[in-house]
Amino acid sequence: MKVRVDWRASVALVGTVVKWLSVPMVFPLALAVYYGRGLGIFVASMVLTFAIGWLLERADTDPDIGTREGFLMVALTWLAVSVVGALPYLVEGHGIPFVLPAAAPGSTLANPVNALFETMSGFTTTGATVMGDISFDTHSRALMMWRQETQWLGGMGIVVLAIAILPKLSVGGAQLMDAEAPGPGIEKLTPRIAETARALWGLYIGLTALEILLLYGAHLAGYADGMTPYNAVAHGFTTMPTGGFSPEARSIEAFSALAQWIIVPFMVAAGANFALFWHLWNRDFQTVREDAELKAYVGAIAVLSAIVAGVLYTSPDLAVYGAIEPAVRHAAFQVTSIVTTTGYASLDFNAWGQAGKFVLLFAMFIGGSAGSTGGSIKVVRWLVILKSLRRELFTTVHPDAVKPVRLAGRVVDERALRGIYVFTLLYLVLFALGTLVVTLVGVPDQSLTAFEATSAVASTIGNVGPGFGIVGPMNNYLPFPDPVKLLMVFFMWVGRLEILPVLVLLTPTYWQD
Amino acid sequence: MRILVVGAGEVGSSIAGSLADSHEIVVLDIDGSRVESLTFEHDVLAIEGDGTSLDDLLAAEVESADVVIASTDDDETNLATCGTAKTVSDAFTIARVEQPSYLRTWRRSRGVFGVDFMVCTDLLTAQAVVRVIGLPTARDVDPFANGTVQMAEFTVEVDSPLAGQTVADADTFDALTFAAVVRDDDVILPRGNTVIEPSDKIVVIGRPDRVEVFAGAVAPNAETAVEDVVIVGGGSAAFQVSRLLEERGLSPKLVEQQGERARWLAENLPGTTVFEHDATDRDFLEREHVGDADFVVSMLDSDEKNLLVALLAKRVGATRAVAVVDNPQYVTLFETVGVDVAVNPREVTAEDITRFTRERRAENVAIIEPEKAEVLEVEIEEGSVLAGRPIREAVADLPPGFVVGAITRNGDFVTPRGDTVVEPGDHVVALVTSEAHDEVAASL
Repeated sequence: MKVRVDWRASVALVGTVVKWLSVPMVFPLALAVYYGRGLGIFVASMVLTFAIGWLLERADTDPDIGTREGFLMVALTWLAVSVVGALPYLVEGHGIPFVLPAAAPGSTLANPVNALFETMSGFTTTGATVMGDISFDTHSRALMMWRQETQWLGGMGIVVLAIAILPKLSVGGAQLMDAEAPGPGIEKLTPRIAETARALWGLYIGLTALEILLLYGAHLAGYADGMTPYNAVAHGFTTMPTGGFSPEARSIEAFSALAQWIIVPFMVAAGANFALFWHLWNRDFQTVREDAELKAYVGAIAVLSAIVAGVLYTSPDLAVYGAIEPAVRHAAFQVTSIVTTTGYASLDFNAWGQAGKFVLLFAMFIGGSAGSTGGSIKVVRWLVILKSLRRELFTTVHPDAVKPVRLAGRVVDERALRGIYVFTLLYLVLFALGTLVVTLVGVPDQSLTAFEATSAVASTIGNVGPGFGIVGPMNNYLPFPDPVKLLMVFFMWVGRLEILPVLVLLTPTYWQD
Repeated sequence: MRILVVGAGEVGSSIAGSLADSHEIVVLDIDGSRVESLTFEHDVLAIEGDGTSLDDLLAAEVESADVVIASTDDDETNLATCGTAKTVSDAFTIARVEQPSYLRTWRRSRGVFGVDFMVCTDLLTAQAVVRVIGLPTARDVDPFANGTVQMAEFTVEVDSPLAGQTVADADTFDALTFAAVVRDDDVILPRGNTVIEPSDKIVVIGRPDRVEVFAGAVAPNAETAVEDVVIVGGGSAAFQVSRLLEERGLSPKLVEQQGERARWLAENLPGTTVFEHDATDRDFLEREHVGDADFVVSMLDSDEKNLLVALLAKRVGATRAVAVVDNPQYVTLFETVGVDVAVNPREVTAEDITRFTRERRAENVAIIEPEKAEVLEVEIEEGSVLAGRPIREAVADLPPGFVVGAITRNGDFVTPRGDTVVEPGDHVVALVTSEAHDEVAASL
């Protein structure tokens, strides 16, 4: 068999990205210096990361990538950064022989599968954790911040970031971005793709900074206990990428009502199409007002929040029973958190009744908007599917009618429509197969209900984070056996890249002719 | 006047033919055989050549032409012809285009491409069709003076209350003038004692709302509220009809047989339901309830098919059928066998083009009966026979065959009476017979 894919070029570019991954490690390194703990871990990780990247880069000194190499490069990049990004956890758990003693030998992340799970969960902004002890007693503040930062790097897209700063990726960059960006198709905001990538990252950085300032401002004003600069940055790193990790074991429950209310609009923004912020920035309000996906997205959040608020308000066995503000706040927070696939918890929603939990499970399949940092199926796809179903009903009555599917007046191409059907079907099939496997394998020494297994798989493939029961918001994914965790790593990976760029690599045609 | 017509296709040769009596016509066409046949058909000078070539235009003596009409079937050729002619000549250039997009560009910046006037055949045809739909009982409707004045032609059916009345009895409408009665292709200027007979056609000129009231008086039993319109054929003119109807808030149905074109139409007409089917299939017509339509407009590319579709539509129950007819000779025939209104694209195009070939340029022209009578709009200048005196006196100085239908002053409608004094700057909309035309045109 002759391989027709120039895999060396792809590997070399992955190497470049990995090499550059040592740069963001400077931030936890600085924290390690400041707090006086964990310095060796990050020095060692940076050196290793740079070395691995440099070695991979040797695969091809003058990489030139086409369409196929692009798919390979994007898919491999996400796998590679998740492996290399796990280095700090591994170094922390094992140390380096003769050089560095293990800082936390009892850490659950010393298990390479767990470390990979945690990093993949971070980069794909899932927020599902296998960290057994979320506290600064076991882990240094520097390491906890690295865990937060992986989400932030993955949110707007590692490849998008690479296109923004690496000139050699600008040719073919549009195709790379298309393979990575959430949602069907990308919107070029400027004539040059590198400019577009920079604009997106600029908006992303700006919104993150704004949230950090607001959270810390609330703290200074005395309304957000515990929202120290460290926590403000840590949660800024989680909200905009719709991640879900928190250095607090009780997630956002640990913070005041005001802090929770500040986070809600930022989650909504993170799940909206970033191209819209670009239009707002350029004072093009009409495009934003007429965006069909934005309306449906905000509408879905509002309707589901109202339902959950009603359920919470009338549930006698809950603490928020009969209290309007907390019921509305927790409903809005939790629905937004799940729809945008953030995965924060403002309280343990495991305690909710079946109705509330089921609304959240349903919300896991909606997802954010195209071009957002959110995961799952995406609002625009559902919108198009619903409209094309209506078209089918119409053409059943009028068999000769020619009726294009329109979104806000613009015609949706039939090929794009097919792509949306294929994606959604693949997503649901993978979800169903995954649930089957997870349910069959089960959890050692514990019972796993089908509902819990369903939520775990929906949560990982949709990059949401928490599920229900044993994988509830205050629990973790540790009970699953390692093979199941690896399956979930695969789900997070294909979920983030929207399945096709990964699945296409598994077909013989891709490699041959 | 010396007129150079470039392109002797259907439109070009019909323009050349209709102008040949009163003007010097030179025709330039790239096709030698067409040039030859034109030389024998009409009294024109036909030359073989390319309108976009400066040498060929010079050979046709473009520098001495007063008007250049570019009327080939290719839009870009027509634009290039006008632009080329402008480099050596001061002639008034008229370009015929099919694409309304060129017309939009030209309207933004008049004179662009070296075109002094642009005529969009398909858009004109579409507008004519839409006007008929807007006034369902009329067989022709033309706006004048930016829509302040409307001319309409109605057929008097046997059951019409007007049949048998004299004009004096029937003329009870303010702001409305009976301009002519057309009987057996003859134009009669109505007197008070003229009796209106069944199957006469009445031409009225007046304020649009009055014309609508009159439409109700001519045919009180006719269905006038139009909701359901079916357009058959998906050409450019049909597309324009749908678009114009959508602008009026209607949701027309359009039937196009060819799949790709149907898809294009559906994509570009969000308010229209497009069907991909053969409109001569009776099962299809029944399945989609074409019989319930208020209007069926057949705009296919062949006259025969249009007749078939229009008659089929009437047969399954459609209230009114409009057919677009390319061959002007078929217009009367079609209307005789049951098509309610036959619209002739060449006639509407010619109306728009010929008004530039008058010594004194009319603002607007509508042809009532070719070679018999037309309605024209003229801006009155100082020195005109009408200026500064009551209409009764002025008309006495003019030959018979001239009827003032309406006057607009500063955009307002003025009902003309015998003692109305016309002022310079007024727009006069009048019916003129062919015999009186030259003399009237000269003294206005």
